[in-house]
Order: sequence, then C-alpha cells, then structure tokens
Amino acid sequence: MSVLVDRETRVVVQGITGHQGTVHTRQMQAFGTSIVAGVTPGKAGTQVEGVPVFETVRDAVEEAHANTSCIFVPAPYARDALLEAVDAGIRLAVVVTEHVPFHDMLVMYHYARSKGTRIIGPNCPGIGAPGKAKVGIIPNVVFQPGRVGVISRSGTLTYEIVNGIKEVGLGQSTCIGLGGDPVVGTTFLDALPLFESDPETDALVMVGEIGGTAEEDAAEYIRHHFSKPVVAYIAGRSAPPGKRMGHAGAIITRGKGTAQTKVAALESAGARVARFPYEIPALVAEAAKRARR
Amino acid sequence: MVKLAEWQGKAVFRKYGVPLPRGEVARSPDEAEALVREAKVPLPCVVKAQVLAGGRGKGGAVRFASSLEEVRAAATAILGLEFKGEKVRELLLEEKLPIGRELYVAMTLDRAQRLPLLMASARGGVEVESVADAEIDRQTVDPFPGLTGYEKRRAAKVLGLSGPQARSLERVLDSLWKVFQQEDAELVEVNPLAVVGDGLVALDAKVIIEDDAAFRHPEYAEVRDDRTELEEIAREKEIAFVQLDGNIGVIANGAGLTMATLDVLKELGGEPGVFLDLGGTDDPKKVTEAFLLMARARPTAVFLNIFGGITRCDTVASGLVEAMRQVPAADRFPLVARIRGNNEAEGIAILRSAGVTAISDLRASAQAAVDAARGRA
Repeated sequence: MSVLVDRETRVVVQGITGHQGTVHTRQMQAFGTSIVAGVTPGKAGTQVEGVPVFETVRDAVEEAHANTSCIFVPAPYARDALLEAVDAGIRLAVVVTEHVPFHDMLVMYHYARSKGTRIIGPNCPGIGAPGKAKVGIIPNVVFQPGRVGVISRSGTLTYEIVNGIKEVGLGQSTCIGLGGDPVVGTTFLDALPLFESDPETDALVMVGEIGGTAEEDAAEYIRHHFSKPVVAYIAGRSAPPGKRMGHAGAIITRGKGTAQTKVAALESAGARVARFPYEIPALVAEAAKRARR
Repeated sequence: MVKLAEWQGKAVFRKYGVPLPRGEVARSPDEAEALVREAKVPLPCVVKAQVLAGGRGKGGAVRFASSLEEVRAAATAILGLEFKGEKVRELLLEEKLPIGRELYVAMTLDRAQRLPLLMASARGGVEVESVADAEIDRQTVDPFPGLTGYEKRRAAKVLGLSGPQARSLERVLDSLWKVFQQEDAELVEVNPLAVVGDGLVALDAKVIIEDDAAFRHPEYAEVRDDRTELEEIAREKEIAFVQLDGNIGVIANGAGLTMATLDVLKELGGEPGVFLDLGGTDDPKKVTEAFLLMARARPTAVFLNIFGGITRCDTVASGLVEAMRQVPAADRFPLVARIRGNNEAEGIAILRSAGVTAISDLRASAQAAVDAARGRA
C-alpha cells in the first residue's frame, strides 16, 4: 500500500504533446509509472514516448483503462481539462499547471468533489511513491523507498527536503506536493488521514508556509487524530507581513496565517518544528526511531 | 494582483449597475473647476485623491467644496500631495449626498472553506481592521447555485435594513457577486455603502483583480498599479519580484525555497533585499534574465539558491557563468551560489573555475553570502 498511487495507477497525461508533457512523461516512465495514454485534442492517433495519444479523456479511459490523470495543459484550458477528466471517471487528477485562476479552481474543486474525484494541485509538483508510481514532476533523483511520508505546500523546497531525508539514509513511503495556490484540491487536512491509515508510513514530514490557515487546521487534526510522529517546517518566518494579502484576506485570518501562529499550533499539537530546512533530516531520523519503538 | 483605484473600481461597478454618486475624474485644478462649471458634478461636492492607500479622509486627501473657489483650492491642494508615498495624479469629484447610516459589504475568497465569502457589517465608514470580529457577519457562497435569496435576506437583517432599503441591498449584492465572478476579482469591497433615502449608494469601491485571470481581461493590462519599474519588468518575464529593505539579492526557484532562503539569511545576520523567484524552473535562460534584472537593483551581494531537479546542475552552472558575462562590468556583483541536485559536483566545479563562490551546504553558503555583503557594505 501507499497513499493515492500504487502499481494499479494507470496514468493519462493531458497535454502530452507539449514540452512539459513530453519531458515529464519520459521522467514518469523512468520512475516506473504506467503511462497508458495521452490526450491532446487534434493529435489523436500519434504517439509520444511510445504512449498512444487520444482525442478525449473518455477515449483514454475506455480504450487504455486510465484511472489517474496528470494535467499539463495551459492555464486557460485547465478548467476544461479537469472537468473532462472528472466526467470520464478519473479518480485522481494531478494538476501541474500553474496560474490557474482561483475562480476556475473553485468550480473545479466543488465539481470534482461532487463526483468523487480527488484533485492534487493546481500549481503543484504532484505525488510520488518510490518503487510504485509518480504522477507529476518531482525529480526522480530525490526519491528512495522508505517509511517517511511527506506533504508539502511548496515545490523545490520539497525536493530539497526529500533529498535531505534520503541523505540521512531514510526513504519515503509517499510524497505529495499539494501546491501553493490559495485554493487547492487537497489540503494538509485532507491528506493527513491518508497517511494515518497507511501502514507503510511510520512518520510524517509536513512542509508549510505563511498565509492561510491550512497549517493551523492540520495542527488541530494532528492533536486529536494523528498517532504518528510529525516533523514540520514553516517557510517564511522572516517575511514581512502583508506583502501579498489584501485587507479582506487579512481580516478573515486575523491573528492566524503568520509563521509564529503556525509554529505554535503545530508544537502544541505535538509536532517537532524545524526552524530551518537543514534541521529537518536529523529530526526525521529521530522521529523514525521513535516510531519504530 | 491588479488593484484598481476608486474611480476605476466605480467604472466597473457602473457597468454592473451598482448605485453610485454622480461623479467625474479630473487631472488638474482647471479640469476640476470645469466639471463643476459645466454642471457635470453638482455642488456641494467631494474631491477625492485617487490613490491606492487607505485612510484618505484622515490624511487630508478627501475634501468637501461648496463653491467653484473651494473646488479649485481643494483640487490644487490634493494634486500637490504625495499620499503615503504615492503621487496623486487623479481626482474623483462627486456630488455630496445626504447620507444616513454607513455600512460595509465585501466579497472575497475563504481559502479554508474553498468558497467565496460574503461579509457584511453595520459598522461601515471606518477602517474594517478596527471592527471587531463579532460585528462582521460572514457567509460562504457556493459557486454552483450562486448568491441565493436567503443569503441576501440574512445580509439585510444583519445590516438592519428592511422594505425598499432591503430590496436595494439585494440588487447591490447581485451586482457585486457578478463583479466578483465575471471580473475575476480577489476582492470587491464597498466601504461605506451608505443609506440614502430609500436606497443604498456605494461611496467607495475597492476592487482587486486576480493576475492569473489576465488572459480573460486584457482591459486591465494597462492599469497603473503601485508596481515599480523593476517589478513591471519582472512581471513581463514571469519572475516573482519582491523588494525588501536589505542589501543581499536573492535568486531561487520556487516560492517555498525562496522564503526558506530568506529565513536562513536573516538568521545569520544578513538583510535580504530584492528577491527573485524563478518559479518551479531551473531553466538557464530564465536564470540569465533574473541576473540582468538583479543587476539593475544594485545589490551588495547576490545569493543564488537553486535546486536542479529536471535540468542538471552542470547545465544550470554553465548558464550562470554565461549570464554573469552578459551583466555589464560596472553592474557586476559578488555572487555566492548554492546548487543542489543532479550532477551537483560538476556544477560546483564549473562555477568555482569561473571565480564564483559555490558551496553545496545551505547554511555555509548563506554565511558566505552574508560575509560577501558585509565585505562591500
């Protein structure tokens, strides 16, 4: 077992003929993922990296039995691509595309939820379970099979941290990059129960950042329902307040959303919080030891 | 994020039928006077500076005038202002209405609920930050049914409106909901929404449009925002650019890694200045563009932190060396690079042979950048 992806994962790449789509199809294949189909309207009948390209996601599901989608289409078309995947019966859709308008994402999220499809992203590096499957763009080089789960709101910082975990001789069960947009399909709170019930995960690393209240909400869940050791890191403790947020945003999150409140919430929920990324590997090694006891 | 000035926000409101005072924009005292003389704006009137910062009333950027002389005096005074660092270029002249109570309504995004949020408060006309949480009513609005009748009735009740005033509120909220959705707004705020007789009038307008939806709204591309020239260039190149107070320039790929880099620099006693986030990419071409942009910001030293994921570190390093060559000699800066990932050792060797300080450890390399900045500062 692992979280959300495994050897049964059969991926359709939407936007496979674009530069990103093609490069990452090759990378996902090298990871060992079964890429069973691609979709690019107008390019049906061609092949990319040996993968047949279809006109619609429905064709990819009916003819190639895809159950998971990896979306690379440009932002103006991301909403349509995702809705198409949902309607074709795709269960898990990883939206790598960045700059998807949040108004589009609101519709995507609530529609997908009503039909039982999980979205990861948008603007995310995706998900990888070493030895099983990778859907997205996390560099293959950082992975190593193991028993540490990773969930993160950022991209390259995740690679950095996962790489650090590898360097202290530990590996990952599943690593999910949730994406840094204001509206994401899967939040920390959504992902935590998956790792709690995953028998292959002993400890969890959570990489958060300032803004919103996702970390505070996660801390509440950890306090009451999460039994495994958690190591957390919050990026942005030196960031000046209000660089990004409008007034109304500031009033909804009053007193929340700063690095300080996130760190305090996580610590009081029992998580070990690293102050800097380079402190994480040692804390993870210690957590893994605790978990094995 | 595109912040619209009040008059631009009101132009959007007008398109969607939000009731507004009669008003016109002027860019000089002569224009202001002409608007009143030609009866385009009736007397008495309000003369308002068109700046993005709040607190205009207290700051002397809003004045009342009941004669042509007063209009000219107010326009002259306000156009000479530099309000919280922003030069006043436009004035909005509006009729002065006999207003009753002042209310607050806004629509924005509730990130945690992943739903639009309607906020209403009877305490309008003051800075919303000073209003207690308990006095602001919040309702999430589902995008599928859209804004419903009962949500509007609840808002009317919270605001203490009934009869024709409640009907007026319902129409205002329908219009604001359309503005929020159809214009791809992050924020639509009316403060105050004033009671005038049997109806309501939006006395102010604060509208922020989401950048990511720019492809649907070419009309906002020309809007003058509070961006600096360098921020504008960065925006065109799709590089996130933030100006902080320090002297160490930072270039990194990805928002999380960039923020973590700033945290480490600060901890070691450095003061991050301009930071550039290349996004999730380690594309050497984009690194070059970032270098040229950084040079124009005149940093004392630059710290580059790149995780080479898809691209190999040696490719990124060669790109860096090439980029340094393209920076005019007078603008060159001491560079400390930290690159990790594929072919890391080769990348570091290439950088060192080109005279760049290259260290793979984050803490040690950040320390080197702090030292480099001190050396020249």
